[in-house]
Amino acid sequence: MAREALAGTRIRERRIMTGFKQADLARSLGISASYLNLIEHNRRRIGGKLLLDIASALGVDPSVLTEGAEAALIATLREAAASAGMSTPEAERVDEFAGRFPGWAEALAATHRRIAQLERTVETLSDRLAYDPNLAASVHEVLSTAASIRATASILAEDPDLSLEWRGRFHANLDTDSQRLADSSKALVGFLDAETGEAASGLSTQEEVEAFLTANTYRFDSLDADASNVADVLADAPELTTDAARRVARTVLRRIAADRSALSDAALRAAAAEHGQDPIAIANTCGVPVSLAMRRLALLTQDSLGLVIADRSGSLIFRKAITGFSIPRHGATCPLWPVFEAQARPGAVVCTRVEMLGRGTALFDCYAIADVVGPSAANVAPLTEATMLIVPVSADERSSGASASALPLGPSCRICPRARCPGRREPSILSEGF
Amino acid sequence: MGKHVLLVEDETNIIEAIRFLLSREGWQVDTHSDGATAVGAVRDTRPDLLVLDYMLPGKNGMDILKELRADPDFAKMPILMLTARGQSRDRDEAERAGVSRFMTKPFSNTEVLTAVRDLVQLAR
Repeated sequence: MAREALAGTRIRERRIMTGFKQADLARSLGISASYLNLIEHNRRRIGGKLLLDIASALGVDPSVLTEGAEAALIATLREAAASAGMSTPEAERVDEFAGRFPGWAEALAATHRRIAQLERTVETLSDRLAYDPNLAASVHEVLSTAASIRATASILAEDPDLSLEWRGRFHANLDTDSQRLADSSKALVGFLDAETGEAASGLSTQEEVEAFLTANTYRFDSLDADASNVADVLADAPELTTDAARRVARTVLRRIAADRSALSDAALRAAAAEHGQDPIAIANTCGVPVSLAMRRLALLTQDSLGLVIADRSGSLIFRKAITGFSIPRHGATCPLWPVFEAQARPGAVVCTRVEMLGRGTALFDCYAIADVVGPSAANVAPLTEATMLIVPVSADERSSGASASALPLGPSCRICPRARCPGRREPSILSEGF
Repeated sequence: MGKHVLLVEDETNIIEAIRFLLSREGWQVDTHSDGATAVGAVRDTRPDLLVLDYMLPGKNGMDILKELRADPDFAKMPILMLTARGQSRDRDEAERAGVSRFMTKPFSNTEVLTAVRDLVQLAR
C-alpha cells in the first residue's frame, strides 16, 4: 500500500492516542462519523482544508499525517529489514507498518540505528586492540613484574633458613620490582582511562584530531600568529574528548599558525593564481620550503587537495582526506605511495602521477618531499618527515589519456585489487577472496 | 649432579628466583636471555628440560618451540612455556606446536616446581 494512501491510518492512530472518539472528532470537523470512518480506513483520499482541520484538531503538523515526516523513518526501517534478510513481500509492507504502529516503528528504527553505531564502535575498538602494541606491551610488563614479585616473595616467606646474602638480594629485587609494578600499572591505568574516553566517541586519537580539523574546515582564522591563544581554540573543541587528542591538536595548531606566518593567505593566493597548484613553483616564488607550501595549499583549498605526512617509520601522522584517494585508518598503507619514495631522498621533490585503485579508479598528481627534522648529531642518521600533496587530475586531462603513464597503487594491500604488485605484503580480500 | 634445566627468560629477577628455586631442589640451572640464539643454546647444552618464556627479544618463544620440535633430536624434550599471554589461542597454538606444559604469569613457585618434576618424570 502506498505511503500517501495511509494518511487515514495515521489519523486513526493519532485520534486514538489523543483520546478522541470518532464521533466527537467528526462532529468538530463538521463531517459525518461514517465519512471519517471511511477516511480512517484509507477508503477516501484526503487533502486540502479537511486535512489541515484534522491536523489542527489532533494537535499535529499536517506533514505528520502525510508522507514527509516519515521518510527518514521508512528509510531506516527498510535498512533494518534488509540487514535482517527479511523476505521481499514482508519488507514491502514497511509503509503500512510505520503507519499503523508508529511507536513500534520508531523503536525498531532507533534500535537499528543503535546497533549500527555499536557495530562501528566495536569495529574501531577491535582495530585498536589488534593494532595497538602499547596495550599488549603494558599488560605484559605488569604480568611479568607480578610474576617476579610473587616468586621472590614466596621464597622469602617460605624459607626461614635463607641466608642473609640471598635474603638481601631478594629484598632488593622486591624493591625494584615493586617500583616497576607501580610505574607500569600507573601507565596502564592511564592508557585505559584514555581508551575509555576514546571508546565513548568510538574514535582514535588521530581520528579525533581529524574530526576537529574537519569541523573547522582546516581554517583557524582566530588563531594568533604566534599561536599564543591555542588554549582558547582548544577550549571550544567538543570533538577532542581525550588529553592525547588535545595534545596532538595543540601541536597541529602551532604548526598551522607558524606556516601562516611564513606564507600569508594573500601571498599564497597570488602565487597560486600564477602557478596553479604547483607547490614547487609556489615555494620558489614565495621563498618558503616546499613542504610548507604543500601544507598551506592543502589547508587553504579545503576539500579539493589532500595531504599526508609520514614520519620515518612510515606511520601517517597527519591525514587530510580527498575524494577518490583512500587513506587507511589503521595498519600500513601501500608502500608505493610517493611519500615513502621521498623518504629515501630527503630534500628531493618526487612528482608522480598515480592511479588510485579501489572502487573505481581516480588519477592524482602527487608531490612529495622529505625534510630533516630534529637536531643533528655526528654519525647519526637524522629523523625525517615526508609530506605529500595530493592533487586531482583535471577532467580534461583524464579524457586525454592521462592515465597511460600513471603509477597504479592502492590504499593498502588488503583492499587493493592490483595483481602481481611488487609491493604486496599480504593477499587482497578483493581480488583473492581472503 | 642433578638434572639439567635451561631457563630461557629475559626478566632478570624472574631468572634469579627460578634459578634459586630449582638449584635448591638439586637441579643444575643454566640461563639464556636472547631469543635469537636460544635454539643454539639448547643444541649446545642439550638440557633435560627447557623452561621457555614466550616474549623474548630477538625471537619469540613460540617460534623457538616450533624450531625445536622440527628437529628430531628435540622432538620429545620436555618444554615448559611461561607466558604473560593467557589467551586461549596462544595456548592452543603452543599445544599444537608440541609444548609439554603451558603456564601463565604470574605463577606460583609450587606450580613451577611441580611442573618441572612432573615433566622430567614423564620423560624418563
